[in-house]
Amino acid sequence: MNGQTADTPLEHLLRELAPQVLGVITRRFRDFSAAEDAVQEALLAAFRQWPHDGMPESPRGWLIHVASRRMTDMVRSELARRERENTVAEAEPAVEPAVIEADMDPDDTLILLFMCCHPALSASSAIALTLRAVGGLTTAEIANAFMVPESTMAQRISRAKQSIRASRVPFLAPTAQERKERLPAVLHILYLIFSEGYASSIGEQLQRLDLAREAIRLTRHARALLPEDAEVAGLLALMLLTDARQAARTGPGGELIPLDKQDRNLWDRAEIAEGTELLRFALSKGVAGLYQLQAAIAAVHDEAARAEDTDWPQILALYELLRTMAPSPLVTLNHAIAVAMVDGPASGLEKLKALDNDARLAGHYRLDAVRAHLFEMLGDVEKAVEHYRAAATGTTNLPEQNYLLTQAARLEEACNRQSVQSASQNREHS
Amino acid sequence: MKYILMMSARKSDFEAYAKWSRQELEANVAFMRAFSRELKESGAFVASEGLAWPNDAKLVRAGSNGEPITDGVFPESKEFLAGYWIIDVESAKQAYAFAARLSRGPGGGGSTGSMPVEVRQVLSSHGDLGL
Repeated sequence: MNGQTADTPLEHLLRELAPQVLGVITRRFRDFSAAEDAVQEALLAAFRQWPHDGMPESPRGWLIHVASRRMTDMVRSELARRERENTVAEAEPAVEPAVIEADMDPDDTLILLFMCCHPALSASSAIALTLRAVGGLTTAEIANAFMVPESTMAQRISRAKQSIRASRVPFLAPTAQERKERLPAVLHILYLIFSEGYASSIGEQLQRLDLAREAIRLTRHARALLPEDAEVAGLLALMLLTDARQAARTGPGGELIPLDKQDRNLWDRAEIAEGTELLRFALSKGVAGLYQLQAAIAAVHDEAARAEDTDWPQILALYELLRTMAPSPLVTLNHAIAVAMVDGPASGLEKLKALDNDARLAGHYRLDAVRAHLFEMLGDVEKAVEHYRAAATGTTNLPEQNYLLTQAARLEEACNRQSVQSASQNREHS
Repeated sequence: MKYILMMSARKSDFEAYAKWSRQELEANVAFMRAFSRELKESGAFVASEGLAWPNDAKLVRAGSNGEPITDGVFPESKEFLAGYWIIDVESAKQAYAFAARLSRGPGGGGSTGSMPVEVRQVLSSHGDLGL
């Protein structure tokens, strides 16, 4: 996996061109929703025709021309209130490159990104629309990535566009102020796309589109558009430093391998180097944001040649910072793990008590999973087994459920073997 | 023709499953993965999902104003759906063959389980041409 399912050159080209073409068409026709449909149809037409007819001289010009004609058709048919007789023409259109270049605006992709990650949209709608309008993916590909029927995804995208239309956002570059206010929402959507890809990349889902890789691609776009922004760099660093471990996360049977048991030779050194460099740049910009802090934690893990070389005091310090900046039960949970690694499991378990009365995490499997791990470190097998099983029955992720049940069974087995051994030793002594 | 293969279990069976040995668990996971691959390779696969544990299972009814009224108290003997597979095959016989494969999956306590699998035909929206 690990992004090995490379795009064909055609797919790659079309995905790169999609937001540029959409920018031009939206600007020209002033209707984002219809333009988005027209561009999608032009992309599909290109997918069908180019492999047979050969690549047009100006691929971008071809797409703009076909999408424009589609728009004109739609406008005309609406005006005449009659059924369209010609759908997208199949013939090679004439291209006027000069006109097209004049229409291009480098800010288009940025405008689109801010539009698709509009706060008026639900996260799932924003994700779908961003992947289609900015990422240039087809509805079928997005549906496949989220394992829902294509019609469901089409509906989700169409509803998202209705919300955008209703919110009357103009197709304009965000002002410096708007950019500052809304960038966190944009980064959050990119982050969600990445985590969806990362979480679901476990198991045998090879036919699925690699969302983690798509998120990295989109975030690279964002970084190119906002090169001085430290949080954009921080988010890209976080993605790269996390994605670098992808190949080591699962064993041959699809089983989960936790960080401390991974074969670190499988980690992607190039991604780690790039992520570390980005992080260095981001941290040089002054106040560290949330993504930068998380990236810094990932970097400390990635730097350790062996699990036992991990610089836990530094990770603990970073979680302390994170806890002050953005307190949340999950941060407290991770903080407790760092405390356990530095001061011993008993201290970590002590820290976890604070979460028992937190309604946001009450009964959450992850609290049980961490407790199980710390009890195991402490040597309290019985409690560890009990919490591993409780965690297993609470998780909604199948590979994780398998992992937690196996942990419980493994511990119990080791414990039984030991008591059999000590019993036989006792017999020998008597 | 589409068929759904359903596997159900009582809460006590779920609890027993959580206590299987590591070997049994690993054998079960390997079996399920192989079965799923087999379905896909044979071209019969349509959909399949495993369900979360029934700890928080609820029965929901609409109240007088249409609001959801939930009830989570079930008799001990109640069977909960654990997972399903929808397959597209030529005949009921083929569906039964897949169900039997599934039923022979490794069980707990070293047994080669013979889990019951409920097989039902899925209705289609387009009618038979009657030719």
